[in-house]
Amino acid sequence: MTRHTTGEYATDTTGAGPVGEPLSTPRRPSERVDVCVIGAGPAGALVAHELATQNYEVVVLEAGPRFDPADHRQRMEQAIRPAFGRDDVWDMGGPRDAFSASGERTYPLNVARVKGIGGSTLHWQGMVMRLHEADFRRQSRDGVAADWPIEYADLREYYARAERSLGVAGSADNPFSPPREATFPLPAFPPSYSDSLFAEACERLGIVTHSVPNARNSAAYDGRSACVGYGTCQPVCPSGAKYSADVHVTKAQRQGARVVDRAPVQRLETDESGRRVETAVYTTPDGREYRQSARRFVLACGGVETPRLLLLSRSSTHPDGLANGSGTVGRFFMDHLFAGAGGRLDQPTRQNHVGFNTTESHQFYDDPGRATNGTASDIPGSDADLGPIKLEFFNYAGPSPVEMALTAEEWGDSLLSELRSAYGNHIAVGGLVGQLPSRTNRVTLDTTRTDNHGNPVPDLQWRLDDRTRRTISRANTIQHAILDELGATVDWTVGPENTGPAYHHMGTTRMGTNPATSVVNPRLRTHEVSNLYIAGSSAFTTGGAMNPTLTIAALALKCADSVGETL
Amino acid sequence: MRLTRRDALAALAGAGIVGGGAGATASRLLGPDDSDGGGTVPDWIIDALVATAEVVYPSEVSGVRDFVETYSEGRIAAREDYQRGVREAIGVLDEQAETWYDQPFADLRPGLRDALLRNFGVAAADPAPNGTSPEQVRFYVVNELQYALYTSPAGGRLLGIENPQGHAGGIDSYQRGPHG
Repeated sequence: MTRHTTGEYATDTTGAGPVGEPLSTPRRPSERVDVCVIGAGPAGALVAHELATQNYEVVVLEAGPRFDPADHRQRMEQAIRPAFGRDDVWDMGGPRDAFSASGERTYPLNVARVKGIGGSTLHWQGMVMRLHEADFRRQSRDGVAADWPIEYADLREYYARAERSLGVAGSADNPFSPPREATFPLPAFPPSYSDSLFAEACERLGIVTHSVPNARNSAAYDGRSACVGYGTCQPVCPSGAKYSADVHVTKAQRQGARVVDRAPVQRLETDESGRRVETAVYTTPDGREYRQSARRFVLACGGVETPRLLLLSRSSTHPDGLANGSGTVGRFFMDHLFAGAGGRLDQPTRQNHVGFNTTESHQFYDDPGRATNGTASDIPGSDADLGPIKLEFFNYAGPSPVEMALTAEEWGDSLLSELRSAYGNHIAVGGLVGQLPSRTNRVTLDTTRTDNHGNPVPDLQWRLDDRTRRTISRANTIQHAILDELGATVDWTVGPENTGPAYHHMGTTRMGTNPATSVVNPRLRTHEVSNLYIAGSSAFTTGGAMNPTLTIAALALKCADSVGETL
Repeated sequence: MRLTRRDALAALAGAGIVGGGAGATASRLLGPDDSDGGGTVPDWIIDALVATAEVVYPSEVSGVRDFVETYSEGRIAAREDYQRGVREAIGVLDEQAETWYDQPFADLRPGLRDALLRNFGVAAADPAPNGTSPEQVRFYVVNELQYALYTSPAGGRLLGIENPQGHAGGIDSYQRGPHG
């Protein structure tokens, strides 16, 4: 994709229109600001909206641009057409986003995140589950990792608020979910045809299936349309039915918040004591540098850029990085790992009509080693030390015909024959496996490389532990049993040797009560800097195996309350 | 299976060209046949796209001209940069056809069109808007046509998928079994 800069905008010659606010948009700092929020993804957007609604003066500084929703269909086309890479769809890559991955495993960071108003919810899948009660008590319950300093009960009301904010479509049919206080704001999406095939096989194995909470409108909600089935949820929802955080950025602006796009913060500077942040130093597209002062600062830049900014903000009072007296900033990086298997049936499976899933099983979440007893067969138990497993039944197994057609070396009748042979009877079951926090999995600075502003790039050092590998194998055992029961021919398996990350960056500014071992306290305030808060998945103490965004949203709402109480 | 102008409009809706407040565009595209040159995309571009579609679309579809003409009018006319890419790619095809066969691409019989595309390397080329000539032909001509067909309900019908990826066909079909 060719992107070049005109006098006013960056433009794209292949379709998507101007990106970002015009350069003429004022980007100077605001006066008398109560809260400066850094990052306009889901955490920053919700914090900004909550505090702006309470009439505080809020400024949001976002490194990326504001994308025009009118271009989303063209971005969808870029996602489908093979001429474009996944990172092209949301303009990721280049010197701005340079990174290193020097660990045991490489990490494709720039397909795992989006910089812009809305952040990574612009490209996310939109699955929104609450963490389980056990996830907050891994040390007490399983003797591994650490307990969160808060309980599920402390987040329960925030989860409910988050579900209303995002517009979650769900059902009370999940017998494994933690206790709830209210119904979901929208009804769940009905199960797919292939879900019905899975449900029968799972019943024969003694596995319970249930609906999936989706941050995707099953009916019109909050001024956004119901899903119309483009089938490209990840990475683009052209209709706006899938929640993305630009929704709350816009709401925050309506409440008076000021949002400055393409304003990457370079560093935070404190007063002489090092106890209070005074300014966020940011740059603008014209190369100028500005200093935004505020009474409170909220960092909400995701699990990689949040610790990076703290490390970049080292000073004489914080020689190892801001708020990093514990030495844990950037450490305990966690992701979820994919485990899956798929193949073919001897009957149609009706895949690729939509881009989201409608059935899961959380039966192996709290007790991954449990045995099952079905009407026809069972799954043997395991005594091994395992982490939680979440099973997902795909509605998009096998190739998308259009994507095949666009890469095929045939056309005409030969292509049609190829497509008919390839499409129609694929089936797959995937899942997420949780990874425990480890000090050696970390985000640090690569001082040998710099970004477009001369700052050291983030370096991801990441590896898998034996427990995670073992849990992936356990997930594969369950998945193969289900596919066997269905009568499927298994064509592929993603197991411990070829697994990959789910792009959920967690743990790098962990929450705790001990300043020697954690970065933020249960109120999401950094232990060492009294007016600096962190919202987002970097505050997770452990990551469970549930998609993290609902917990990010819940923590953001909690963070907003904490900040608001001090103003 | 006969492709219609309405099928092309459905494909355009997926591409965000018509639908919503773009009723005027739809009316124009569904209006009287503009084959005499009343459209805004030059006839020679439409002719070349139709000639390519006759080769790259399966033989069981008919009505290719109506489909391609309507889709192209909606898709290319309003996008100057994109039209330039299509025009240049077709120019490359015509030049090659003149070199090898002394005729413009659209005037070749279908077998020669197919042979030219393959011998020019288009079948094996990776589509790239700024790539080599075969890569640009693949991107702006062949893949443009395949995208139009296979993201439309008409293309989906060829494969038994009523709501192909890229088409906003609603959320009913995924729930239905193979027998409706």
